[in-house]
Amino acid sequence: MAITRADVEKVSLLARLQLSETEIETLTVELGKIVAYVDQLSEVDTDGVAPMAHAVEVSNVFASDEVKTSLPREQALANAPSHNPRGYLVPPVLGG
Amino acid sequence: MSVVEHSASELLELLARGDASSVEITQAYLDRIATDDKQIGAFLHVDPDAALKQAADVDRRRKAGKQIGKLAGLPVAVKDVLCDSDTLTTCASQMLKSFRAPYNSTVVAKLKAADAVLIGRTNMDEFAMGGSTENSSFQLTRNPWDRDRVPGGSSGGAAACVAAGMAPLSVGTDTGGSIRQPAGLCGVVGMKPTYGRVSRFGLVAFASSLDQVGPLSRSTKDAALLLETLAGHDPQDATSLDTEVPRYTASIDQPLEGLRLGIVREHFAEGLDKEVEAAVREAIKVYESLGATVKEISLPHSKYAVATYYVIAPSEASSNLARYDGVHYGHRTDRAALLEELAAERKQLEAAGDQAALDALDSSLVRMYRKSRSEGFGSEVKRRIMLGAYALSAGYYDAYYLKALKVRRLIRQDFDAAFEEVDLIAGPVTAQPAFKIGEMADDPLAMYLVDLYTVSANLAGLPGISIPCGFSKSGLPIGLQLQARPLAEETLFRGARMFEQATDWHQRRPGADSRAKKH
Amino acid sequence: MSQTYTTIIGLEVHVQLATDSKLFCGCSTQFGAEPNTQTCPVCIGMPGSLPVMNREAYDLSLKTAVAVNCEIPEFTKWDRKQYFYPDLPKGYQISQYDLPMSANGYLEIHDEKDRFEPKRVRITRAHLEEDAGKSVHDEQAGTADSEIDLNRTGTPLLEIVSEPDMRSSAEARAYLSELKLLLTYLGVSDCNMQEGSLRVDANVNLHLDTDEGKVATPIVEIKNMNSFRAVERALDYEAQRQFRVWQETGKKIGDSPKQTRGWDDAAGITRGQRSKEESSDYRYFPDPDLVPIIVTSEQIQEVKDALGELPADFRNRLIREFGLSSYDTDVLVNQGREVVDYFLEVAEHCDDAKAACNWVTQEVLRALKERESIISEFAISATNLAGLIQAIVEGKLPKTRAKDAFELMMVDGIDVASTVDRLGIEQVDESALESLCQELLDANPKIVADVQSGKPQAVGALIGQAKKRNPNVDPGRVREICLKLAQQE
Repeated sequence: MAITRADVEKVSLLARLQLSETEIETLTVELGKIVAYVDQLSEVDTDGVAPMAHAVEVSNVFASDEVKTSLPREQALANAPSHNPRGYLVPPVLGG
Repeated sequence: MSVVEHSASELLELLARGDASSVEITQAYLDRIATDDKQIGAFLHVDPDAALKQAADVDRRRKAGKQIGKLAGLPVAVKDVLCDSDTLTTCASQMLKSFRAPYNSTVVAKLKAADAVLIGRTNMDEFAMGGSTENSSFQLTRNPWDRDRVPGGSSGGAAACVAAGMAPLSVGTDTGGSIRQPAGLCGVVGMKPTYGRVSRFGLVAFASSLDQVGPLSRSTKDAALLLETLAGHDPQDATSLDTEVPRYTASIDQPLEGLRLGIVREHFAEGLDKEVEAAVREAIKVYESLGATVKEISLPHSKYAVATYYVIAPSEASSNLARYDGVHYGHRTDRAALLEELAAERKQLEAAGDQAALDALDSSLVRMYRKSRSEGFGSEVKRRIMLGAYALSAGYYDAYYLKALKVRRLIRQDFDAAFEEVDLIAGPVTAQPAFKIGEMADDPLAMYLVDLYTVSANLAGLPGISIPCGFSKSGLPIGLQLQARPLAEETLFRGARMFEQATDWHQRRPGADSRAKKH
Repeated sequence: MSQTYTTIIGLEVHVQLATDSKLFCGCSTQFGAEPNTQTCPVCIGMPGSLPVMNREAYDLSLKTAVAVNCEIPEFTKWDRKQYFYPDLPKGYQISQYDLPMSANGYLEIHDEKDRFEPKRVRITRAHLEEDAGKSVHDEQAGTADSEIDLNRTGTPLLEIVSEPDMRSSAEARAYLSELKLLLTYLGVSDCNMQEGSLRVDANVNLHLDTDEGKVATPIVEIKNMNSFRAVERALDYEAQRQFRVWQETGKKIGDSPKQTRGWDDAAGITRGQRSKEESSDYRYFPDPDLVPIIVTSEQIQEVKDALGELPADFRNRLIREFGLSSYDTDVLVNQGREVVDYFLEVAEHCDDAKAACNWVTQEVLRALKERESIISEFAISATNLAGLIQAIVEGKLPKTRAKDAFELMMVDGIDVASTVDRLGIEQVDESALESLCQELLDANPKIVADVQSGKPQAVGALIGQAKKRNPNVDPGRVREICLKLAQQE
């Protein structure tokens, strides 16, 4: 499947990246090449093969329901680019 | 002999006997860093005072006869991708250039508990994405054997600092070869354990189902020593394996009796450098001389490994890196400039009467995300995020991501079948020795193919090790890769040690020539 | 154009599971804490942090899924649902996509007032996921910024999705009430809608019979309904709105994409919400940080066996064992498990289950309502109420004084014997009662004559007088004895 400029623009919004005109052009070509290479996977017969999402397949790993100490608020917020004493600040989530 | 020429095991003996103090050893490495790292660029951050303070503390406790840890007083370098609450964790990215984790990664916690001296944070490809450390957003790292060449990556700083005698031990991470490949290109030992053998808690994720922490060192014995400290079950990592950690150092000197060594037919196909091939074939002969039987095996799906990897790794990465959005930590774009930019775009669209484009115009929140991320990430990271988001997006999931997961199982099954017949698989680490800085910059796909021999172990979760096995005519190190079945680290170490004891490739150091070469 | 239409409703219910700690970390789930005081590297999504699944959350969800008759597949896994929002710090929500922990269940609903036939609402699936945080507009900062609180981030939610099997707002309400009742019986959630422990989204459209055959209107998802009453009102409003829009535009399902509308409770209307076209591409994929869960049929059977009696079981048993009416049964069962247990204890300790039911459904529930209290805090213990009923049965307490006794027991929390004492109630013995009646008849010959001439109601006047002389007399007995004595004269 060939990658188009429109694909790149659409995916850049999905991935929340802002690409310059040059980046869009370069990425359309580069991603196109990579995807063309990756397309060789289609020749592999995978009928009846179960997907393998983990490198080592284990199951049923749980923690017990115990309350542990949370981070002090100043520490939780310390790395935030913008915050007040209570919470993280961001541009308005609705409208704007 | 200068302190920095010793192996980690030797240094521990010196410390135990009282022939050297941790302060002396640490100072010797700090001196080497001070003189040489300006040229090599292996470290992103070194705090000599803090390191010496840790060293002095260990010396004091040793003197007082107090209980001390397994690596007490030994300097260890840590890749700048493992969180340490005492310093910044940047992942060589502008995005995290001032990020200070309020927690230790389990690996760092274990090193601290073992009383290691954390001597510095090593350079890497941004977020561990790359094979040359050229993608660091802060600095280049140069190969100590030839400073015009890359050290490999993504753990380039981790390999270079050991090769250049700036640390006896170093901790790296390997997602598609990021320990083994730079180890091979820098002529040191680098090992990727079985997936789940070492906790990933506090390891900043690139591709969670492939990432694994491992040791880099000058000898297999030192690697075994470090892995003993790092490995073990961690209840904070659900993918961590709940199995006993053997004492690798106790058995490493026992050669493997009746070793069955597998040679992969597909590894010696086109593209393999003649000098590399010769060195690897020579290494196999060494094993034969040590009594191993060599068997040719086939991993029929191995040719799809890179394609599989470049679907799975970017997909997971696109998701793992979604958290860097400039809200809770990390880089955020300038607010005033952002609002100005949006206002200008709106004005322009209004003037043009383009209602559709106006409707589609980003909100200030969406634009904040997009600008923050685009400013904070370098081009390789953006490329992989785009690739991953594309592979997972509606309409492509089955063709790419799901397909890759199925091929991944076939790759694993090939290994399972092979390990019915052999104990270890031997082959090259990379197709070529270290390449020149900038040589692959314009060809991402060629750069991806560098991982050809290493990615399979990550996909299948196997342990693998890279050990020095020769040099090119131009004096560049060549690595031999050994792979074993899951959790067979002990076999891997013993097999690697057999070769190491029969050869002296691992004892070579980058010569004074290359050290003196000016840039 | 006059037509009838059928409203087609499906509900998505998010239930907060009653765990102490969050789904993937040890932070507390306690409601109402200061913003950002219940967070840690894991729920803030800090680099390198990893989730580990809370066992209790899985156990509670399994219990619920079994109770709503779901099939439990042997294998279930975690997926990431990806979208950017400031209250979602990782940029993805850990949820379950194609292999949820349960599917294909049902819940039976009926209406106390028989407004609809009892029916079975199918449950498509129930799956676990983590909650997001909260965004609030920050007015104090003096900027237009929103403030983000991550306390709620990572709280365990069970999303229960129904098939579009409901046909009216009354059915939807009955489904929600029955589900809530079941969840509270199971103890898997406190279901507090004000605190967000139970949230409801509705999918609704209309099926119409037209000249061209059956047609359906576009499906609308309604959000922001903060009470069951709001759900009913929103559904009624939305059905009418869709019918109006259909008449105006003739738009059918497929003509426009699924729309999301928010319910404005004050205005009593739904409003369209802005949606980005790309928002639906969530790029789900299996979470590599979490491992799958495998459950055996033996484990599922154990959960089934340990469920205990659920509302439907109680309804059957109360009718069967105690002969209660289905109306009374509903009243008891719908009050919740504690009330049923209270009733059962009362009934066990007295000989009149129907009286026990009447006392509980009338006096006890009225008293609780007046005091805005709950049964566990009620001053009259079940054994004390049983004592009261038993005293009446045994004639130790005249029915006329029963309410006085009840009030006193409620204030002082004392048992019936002390109450009888305190009220000065003495049992009037038969001979004393007979002589009292004789005295009254002797003093009222006219009444005697009236009775003898066939007007037994005339003795009524004597009952008041008897009570004046002795407040402990049983009016029924006074009537009986007076009639008997008057006839004998």
